[in-house]
Amino acid sequence: MRGLLLRLAGSLPALVAVIIVTFVLTRVLPGDTATYFAGPTASAESIAQIRAELGLDRPLPEQFWSYVQALVHGDLGMSLTTGQPVLTDILARLPASAELTLCGLLIGMAIAIPLGIIAAVRQGSLADHACRVIVTAGVSLPVFFTGLLLVYVFYFLLGWSPAPLGRLDAFASPPPAVTGFYLIDAALIGDWETWRGAAAQLILPAVTLGLFALAPIARITRASMLAVLGAEFIRTARASGLSSRTLILTYALRNALLPVVTTLGMVFSFLLGANVLVEKVFAWPGIGSYAVEALIASDGAPVQGFVLTMAILYILLNLAIDLVNRALDPRARHT
Amino acid sequence: MSDTALGHARHVVTENPVTGFALALFILFVLAAIFGPSLVPYDPLASDTANALQAPSGQHWFGTDQIGRDIFSRVVVATRLDLGIAAASVALVFAFGGFAGLVSGFFGGWVDQVIGRVSDTIMAFPLFVLAMAIVAALGNTVPNIVLATGIINFPLYVRVARAETVQRREAGFVDAARIAGHRDMGVLLGQVAPNIMPIMVVQMSLTMGYAILNAAGLSFIGLGVRAPTPEWGIMVAEGASFIVSGEWWVALFPGAMLMTAVFCFNLLGDGLRDIVDPRRRT
Repeated sequence: MRGLLLRLAGSLPALVAVIIVTFVLTRVLPGDTATYFAGPTASAESIAQIRAELGLDRPLPEQFWSYVQALVHGDLGMSLTTGQPVLTDILARLPASAELTLCGLLIGMAIAIPLGIIAAVRQGSLADHACRVIVTAGVSLPVFFTGLLLVYVFYFLLGWSPAPLGRLDAFASPPPAVTGFYLIDAALIGDWETWRGAAAQLILPAVTLGLFALAPIARITRASMLAVLGAEFIRTARASGLSSRTLILTYALRNALLPVVTTLGMVFSFLLGANVLVEKVFAWPGIGSYAVEALIASDGAPVQGFVLTMAILYILLNLAIDLVNRALDPRARHT
Repeated sequence: MSDTALGHARHVVTENPVTGFALALFILFVLAAIFGPSLVPYDPLASDTANALQAPSGQHWFGTDQIGRDIFSRVVVATRLDLGIAAASVALVFAFGGFAGLVSGFFGGWVDQVIGRVSDTIMAFPLFVLAMAIVAALGNTVPNIVLATGIINFPLYVRVARAETVQRREAGFVDAARIAGHRDMGVLLGQVAPNIMPIMVVQMSLTMGYAILNAAGLSFIGLGVRAPTPEWGIMVAEGASFIVSGEWWVALFPGAMLMTAVFCFNLLGDGLRDIVDPRRRT
């Protein structure tokens, strides 16, 4: 329990760093917020007035303090494009991004972990070579390009998937929001038609992200399985006459999964970034495309809110990974 | 490089034809970057609306885009900009990140602490998101793309250079240089830095691919290079709207070129690692 609290406290420096960096990026660096808010035709006085209203004429530490205070109250500013508070926008769009990213990760893991295990168990086999090719090719794929290729093949050529335009068909209405995840919400009320519609829209972007996540997971699974399979306790277990199924799935895999779970931190760093690109390709109404729209309209507050949300999510994910690691590995509980 | 190293390099290339292939591809890309603009058959910016959205043919090898520009010419001309951005950012992070890692590993203490905190701060963000934030804050220009791509790679360079330096800090040749009267900086730059150079070069090749992807990704979402400049990320973004109506060539060729370039650098990096550090072969 004490270790747990220490770990929670250990995330604080990262949180502080993230808040300082977003402040510095938006307030201190060139690019005058007041000129921007005032619009291109503004006079010098109105710029000065807006600067005073926004508090941009005050000393930096004071500005930073009011920035932190606003954050504590959940005030991320207003979006000029949607006319809504940024926090409201982001909370409304977050489930879309989360559903997509999690499904992508699950697809990636569902393929990568078995592939890595087979590649390690049958070293030098066809599966091993396939694994190596996939790992090298996978890190070279521009995620937005894979997405477009999938759209071309599965929408245009085969006609299997619906148009890449968002989470649901334009004529369908979303299920009543409970979790915000359409698949879960639709399943909760037993609306299987909506569920199928949402799943059909989700599958291509999720597979795109999954292909992207696959390479690092497969590589680390193969490497750590190889390391574990060479260990003495495996030799002992094998000598004791355990079936290779028990040996691989129970003894080796449980140990080999630890580095895999640790690598997920890095995978999430890539996935959250790739998510932005995939959302743009599939017109997915998540926070990534929200940020891209705001960037194009030079709308500062949503971009800042997006960066902060992503960074905080990433810190929380790393924390979660650590907790899973503790659950899996008794040794980690004592550090 | 000594004779034995060259011999080893030849051995690696012959034994692993993939590395040789990557090397040939790399030379091709460099040639395209240098001579491409003077060799291409069409002006990459010249529109020809009468011939818009033509499928690949003998006249236009990669077809034409929505305003009739020749995609082959654009894809080839873009090589210089895409590789240039990546190379500049890698050179930047090699200089600053490599030096920070050297200093950090060699002196330890508060310098190490400060550099470590800076790296941690960068690593606290999802890296592509941080790059987006930097470009959005500093302004939408090519130098800022270079800077942002360099910054997100900084922790990696620091980590590699630091680890390699720590291993050599107590080495005999370092002691010898000290006894010979060299100051700390002299030992660091004259003895340790050349010693970790091969590993750093491998690192550069491996991060080139990531730098190309990152820069193209930024352009794809509208940050950085702007239309009508030929650049792979932007060209894929422009072609994206034609994918759903079946004009695949507008996005496919720049995307394939981008992928090939990244693949080439990743293979080359793996091959170089085999030469420099045979123990880590996979």
